[in-house]
Amino acid sequence: MSEDLKILDEVTNSEYKYGFVSNIESDNAPKGLDESTVRFISAKKNEPEWLLEWRLKAFRHWLTLEEPTWANVHYPKIDFQDIIYYSAPKKKPSLNSLDELDPEIKATFDKLGISLIEQQRLAGVAVDAVIDSVSVKTTFRETLGELGIIFCSFSEAVHDHPDLIKRYLGSVVPHTDNFYAALNSAVFSDGSFCYIPKGVRCPMELSTYFRINSAGTGQFERTLIIAEEGSFVSYLEGCTAPMRDENQLHAAIVEIVSHTDATVKYSTVQNWYPGDKNGKGGIYNFVTKRGICMGDRAKISWTQVETGSAITWKYPSVILKGDYSVGEFYSVAVTNNMQQADTGTKMIHLGKKTKSIIISKGISCGKSQNSYRGLVRIAKKAEHARNFSQCDSLLIGDKCGAHTFPYIEVGNKTAKVEHEATTSKVGEDQIFYCNQRGISTEDAVNLIVNGYCKEVFNQLPMEFAVEAQKLLAISLEGSVG
Amino acid sequence: MSTITKYQTASTAFVQEAEVFADLYGKSNPALTAIRKQAMAAFSSRGIPTMKHEEWKYVNLTSIAQTDYRTASPADSQKLSKSDAEQYRYAGQDAILCVIENGKLNVAASSMSDIPKGVRIGSIDDFSSDAAVMSHLFTHASFEDEAMVALNTMLCYSPIIIKVDAKVKCDTVIQLIFATVPGVDPLLIPARVLVVAEEQSEFTVVESFHTHGSGALTCNNIVSEVVVGKAARVHYAKVQVEGDEAQHINYHKVNMARDSYQHLTTLTLGGAIVRNNLNIRLDDEQVNAYLNGLYVLNQKQVIDNHTLVDHAMPNCYSNELYKGIIGDEAQGVFNGKIWVREDAQKTNAYQSNKNLLLSNQASMNTKPQLEIYADDVKCSHGATTGQLDDEALFYLRARGIGETAARSLLNHAFAADVIEQVENEKLRESLMQLLDVKLSALQIEA
Repeated sequence: MSEDLKILDEVTNSEYKYGFVSNIESDNAPKGLDESTVRFISAKKNEPEWLLEWRLKAFRHWLTLEEPTWANVHYPKIDFQDIIYYSAPKKKPSLNSLDELDPEIKATFDKLGISLIEQQRLAGVAVDAVIDSVSVKTTFRETLGELGIIFCSFSEAVHDHPDLIKRYLGSVVPHTDNFYAALNSAVFSDGSFCYIPKGVRCPMELSTYFRINSAGTGQFERTLIIAEEGSFVSYLEGCTAPMRDENQLHAAIVEIVSHTDATVKYSTVQNWYPGDKNGKGGIYNFVTKRGICMGDRAKISWTQVETGSAITWKYPSVILKGDYSVGEFYSVAVTNNMQQADTGTKMIHLGKKTKSIIISKGISCGKSQNSYRGLVRIAKKAEHARNFSQCDSLLIGDKCGAHTFPYIEVGNKTAKVEHEATTSKVGEDQIFYCNQRGISTEDAVNLIVNGYCKEVFNQLPMEFAVEAQKLLAISLEGSVG
Repeated sequence: MSTITKYQTASTAFVQEAEVFADLYGKSNPALTAIRKQAMAAFSSRGIPTMKHEEWKYVNLTSIAQTDYRTASPADSQKLSKSDAEQYRYAGQDAILCVIENGKLNVAASSMSDIPKGVRIGSIDDFSSDAAVMSHLFTHASFEDEAMVALNTMLCYSPIIIKVDAKVKCDTVIQLIFATVPGVDPLLIPARVLVVAEEQSEFTVVESFHTHGSGALTCNNIVSEVVVGKAARVHYAKVQVEGDEAQHINYHKVNMARDSYQHLTTLTLGGAIVRNNLNIRLDDEQVNAYLNGLYVLNQKQVIDNHTLVDHAMPNCYSNELYKGIIGDEAQGVFNGKIWVREDAQKTNAYQSNKNLLLSNQASMNTKPQLEIYADDVKCSHGATTGQLDDEALFYLRARGIGETAARSLLNHAFAADVIEQVENEKLRESLMQLLDVKLSALQIEA
């Protein structure tokens, strides 16, 4: 076996680092999905009548839809009746201090390295920790409350701020949007709600740690972020999940509304269980993420680092409605073994002088398939719209694939739209250059790949950038093409 | 009648015609009849593609489905004379003109007396004894996935065949003039071409598409199959200058053997709905393929260029340049796919698509697509859509050139890039003239 093959082999054999199961007693809904499931979830969460009606409407619409098949991913057909649509930790704690937290949950967090105490004391990061769909503990709420910022779990927001929820729920991603959005709208369990009032600059990074815990539980998160006029918020989302043999479905929705002069920055590090090296198990990550720049000069920026999941299928999008609004998308997607990723973005330019930038970096190793799929649409009335897209793919190993499907639709002559894409591998000459200077092959690859992703990592908040680099190093350990 | 029923009715009508047709002409060539029958089955199951089909997302064929087409038949009389054909001559006085009127070879109008040694041109009947050529017929353009190829395969009655023997270098350009003569009824024309380039041969073929006279609607449904032998060099140009009403769907399949070279230029200026499908398969190592395209549109023209460069084997090179100028309410589509298969290591593929929009009613949809399954490759593509560079315009205006003149100058320069790469000088000049006529018809808005 050549040196290269040996190193590749080591990578493919490396086990998922964050694979462990906590035994928290779950309060599950019965398997399967019909109207009673929707009613069960709604009742469990003590929801008002209007929300139940909203869910049921989405559910009835979902029944009329067919599962989409256009993405460049392949997987066995999902049996939607074989999923538990709700599971909550049984002892729902109402906490005064961290000491009252279920020790099991606390231990889980400790293993993940996001000890709440640590977070509270050191980092200035407020964590709305989600274990299997129900928010357990929200920190820093008081500090934020003084500024008028609302940062709470979705179900709390339904009770405490029904007006906001009524006004914005489904306004960016309607339940009719797509198959998985309809499903989510019917059975969403919980999620995060964030509201930044007019003119407020959120003083800390808001963060949610998602974590899928019970076996066979679908996780249907819903996040809603509203930034009022002139406000600013940076929101982080990060994920790890325990090792499973059964495929788990995750169909989340994220909606962002950015009003005049507001900026929302949304960063994701996704590291769910990708399945073993034969492609068994792993998370199906079918997510709908979309933001709308409602007012003039609004800005939404998506940054994502995707290293996990058996299948990633998501397109964080921006609708640029206000004049001079800005949309950004920075992405690094790494696939290894049998992973499949079909990810990209949609930039819909409606307003005048709107700008968008797309930087997408795909890295494929092993037998994985990595696709960029994006849409840039310049509407007829979007005078002087501007887009620049760059999609680069890096191939490591000769069994993987890298694909680009960019759709560019231009309906206005003043638009300026540029797209470029390249596909290449880590050059032997580049590695040789490093070797000559005493840098080992493994370090050289790391160096080159990190340099390749730098444009995206630079966009991440500091804490995340560190984690992202670590994840990348784990995924790529010594993979030389 | 709803749109869906229209599509179904039209499809059924074509199949019925094909059945009559298979009975009529089946006896003379049973082998081909079997293929026609398969094509009928394929077409029946798919029907005329709708916009729900991913590959037909931006082109609406309802107008084709809606029209009550009659398929051109060999019994139709032919009207074109030699002098009619002369006006379509693009590659010099010595070029061979082969006139295909409504899908059938019109020998009287053609100028084929001085065909060089080693070159043969004729219809299917002239080649029926040549087993090597016949084995290529109907076998390269796959109709399983493409309903419109199936339609052609089941309906075309007289394929035109060009064969160039091994080691023959033919300097005389062979021009296939596809003249559509509209009649009283709407006419569907299923024409077909097979070009066989044997080992180390070299020659130039031009396909040109014209509407001769006026009358009811016409729809060309053309399939060309080009077999490029080992180390052969084929220069090819497809020139679309049909009338404002013409509908045109075109499939061009090229199969390239080891060390071969091909240069294909697609110039689209005329027609109401034009769809060019290019499928270039690099079937062995050390192949060089160049694809250039230019489309200049005005009024309500819809033009869709679909190209597939299929890198099936290692160590090949492909280069694709497509440019478009879109004015008025026209709509341009470019869908270019580079497909690098698993074993095609050391592939070097490049693709570029650039578009100018001249009006706010014009639109351009482009989808440059890479599908890559091998790691040691260099592939890149770029796509831009916009308007003329203000600074270039200012430069010219500062030197006393009026705005309209400056804009047409820049438009010309933008488009000429593609035509300048045509190797044959006379052909290049003719194409440049065609381009300038079209450019002068464009509404130039400040």
